[in-house]
Amino acid sequence: MAAIELRGAVKRFGPITAVDGLDLEVPEGICLGLLGPNGAGKSTTMRLLTGQAIADSGKLRVLGHELPGDSKAARAEMGVVPQLDNLDVDVTVEDNLAVYARLYRVPDVGAAVDKALDLARLRGRRRDAVDKLSGGMRRRLLLARGLVHEPKLILLDEPTVGLDPQIRTELWTLIDNLRTRGTTILMSTHYIEEAERLADEVAVMDKGKIIARATPAELIAAHAGTHTAEIYGPPERLTEVRAIAEGQGLPVRPAGPAIAIVGSERAADGAVPEDAVIRAASLEDVFVLLTGAEAE
Amino acid sequence: MSAQPGRRLRRLEPAAIGGVMSREVANFRTYWKGTTFSSILEPIVYLLAFGLGLSATLVDEVGGVPYVQFVGTGMVATAVIFSSALPAMFGTFVKHRFQNTYDAILAAPVDVEELVSAEMLWIGLRASVYGCVPLLVTIGFGLDPAWGMLLVPIFCLFTALGFAGFGIAMAAIVAKIDQFNYVTALFVTPLFLVSGAFFPIDELPQGFQILAQLNPLHQLVELVRGGAFGYEAVDLLRVAGLVAFAFVMWRIAINRMEARLID
Ligand SMILES: Nc1ncnc2c1ncn2[C@@H]1O[C@H](COP(=O)(O)OP(=O)(O)OP(=O)(O)O)[C@@H](O)[C@H]1O
Ligand SMILES: [Mg+2]
Repeated sequence: MAAIELRGAVKRFGPITAVDGLDLEVPEGICLGLLGPNGAGKSTTMRLLTGQAIADSGKLRVLGHELPGDSKAARAEMGVVPQLDNLDVDVTVEDNLAVYARLYRVPDVGAAVDKALDLARLRGRRRDAVDKLSGGMRRRLLLARGLVHEPKLILLDEPTVGLDPQIRTELWTLIDNLRTRGTTILMSTHYIEEAERLADEVAVMDKGKIIARATPAELIAAHAGTHTAEIYGPPERLTEVRAIAEGQGLPVRPAGPAIAIVGSERAADGAVPEDAVIRAASLEDVFVLLTGAEAE
Repeated sequence: MSAQPGRRLRRLEPAAIGGVMSREVANFRTYWKGTTFSSILEPIVYLLAFGLGLSATLVDEVGGVPYVQFVGTGMVATAVIFSSALPAMFGTFVKHRFQNTYDAILAAPVDVEELVSAEMLWIGLRASVYGCVPLLVTIGFGLDPAWGMLLVPIFCLFTALGFAGFGIAMAAIVAKIDQFNYVTALFVTPLFLVSGAFFPIDELPQGFQILAQLNPLHQLVELVRGGAFGYEAVDLLRVAGLVAFAFVMWRIAINRMEARLID
């Protein structure tokens, strides 16, 4: 049984179709990265899975429970870590955890709180109010709160968006530990590196649909090839280089101030200038080619 | 440690309601001193100013009751509406729109119905305690204790549940927090002024008197005075009215919050 099964899920907000016939299956035990540009429908998909949005049509199953009817039973077995920090800031670290242990009907609240404190490495700060914690500690607590009932499935909606690199790395370690333990993870992100590091499989989402799905290596091989050539220079020169490469049928994408010829190993003579920087093709190349969005 | 497979999850589960209330209790522990202090000081100040000030100069008594005792019993209703409708309005709005608290709670196995019921119950219980404070203060000002007063917390509870539901529904309806000014000016202030807490409503024009009968706060005021000075048969009807008020507001609050919280 798959942990998550969506068939033809549609969710409209007035004229906007946020999720547009989405098919998504997440097998048990994997970490699936849902990679998509702003507005792709990632958060709406997460809200469908927690019953906080009701699909207009489609079949949705989470951990064997049919949605929206059995959504409460599904929620009891999954954990959610929101994009925005919504901890109770005046309340102590341990009370924040205890409240959610109760909401998830954990039989031994004290033991669950201790375990979550260990996971977040906050045992020494258990009696401090949340607003006394550093940003990184708060994030670890937010994650631990979503895990206080040891769920089989966890939804992470852009778990590290807007965080500084050090905190991000800390969280990655925590998420990676979960993955090793066999927890099924669905993680939305628009950080390529996050998907590359943590996800067993990546599903690229755009305009409410999955447009590609495979392991990062397979996606790169299928859509980008082995190498990418980056060329810097004045705009006129870049336009010229671009025209030649595209004439040979090679995809070219913007890469900040430069342009990148993707799959440059297939280029014929003269297409890749001498001064080009050749590097291994990346998931970012795939993402930008598929969605047309500049990646972060 | 996760939920046992096949366990049935029903509506209005005590575990869900208790969990949401435990969140409120944890928060309350951080701010109870200020709220409690003002709930005790306020009736004292009012009784000194209104009661002693007015009775020294203008009114001595209302229907045979010393004015201080008349106002003191009436202030139970004031305390109830100000510790239920207002915290429900502002608290719900802030938790929903600014703190995203409800997003997190609803991602757990808690329904909107349970969430709203828990919030109402918590506010109702708290307001029924605060509602009794003016009565105790009035006893300190010379009101004779009576057995009938023991029912006052129950009358306060139903009234407070109703106004908590009202406040939650309003928080779901308004688009911006400053629209609460309209709610206060249109509902809260008139209800509290025409409750009979400060002056007897039978001196008012007929139209107002009929309106006052529809005012839950007026019914509460009459019940509290019944507790202090003796109940009448019609008080049963008043209690039934308050229970109906609480029930209707409960369903409206759930309905409006569902519309607001579930896309
Ligand atoms: N409650 C809502 N009401 C109206 N429109 C909405 C609502 N929620 C989402 N949308 C719209 O649905 C589309 C998808 O939004 P969603 O938040 O799912 O995207 P996302 O992939 O999570 O984007 P981001 O990376 O910016 O978080 C957007 O156009 C958004 O404006
Ligand atoms: Mg989002």
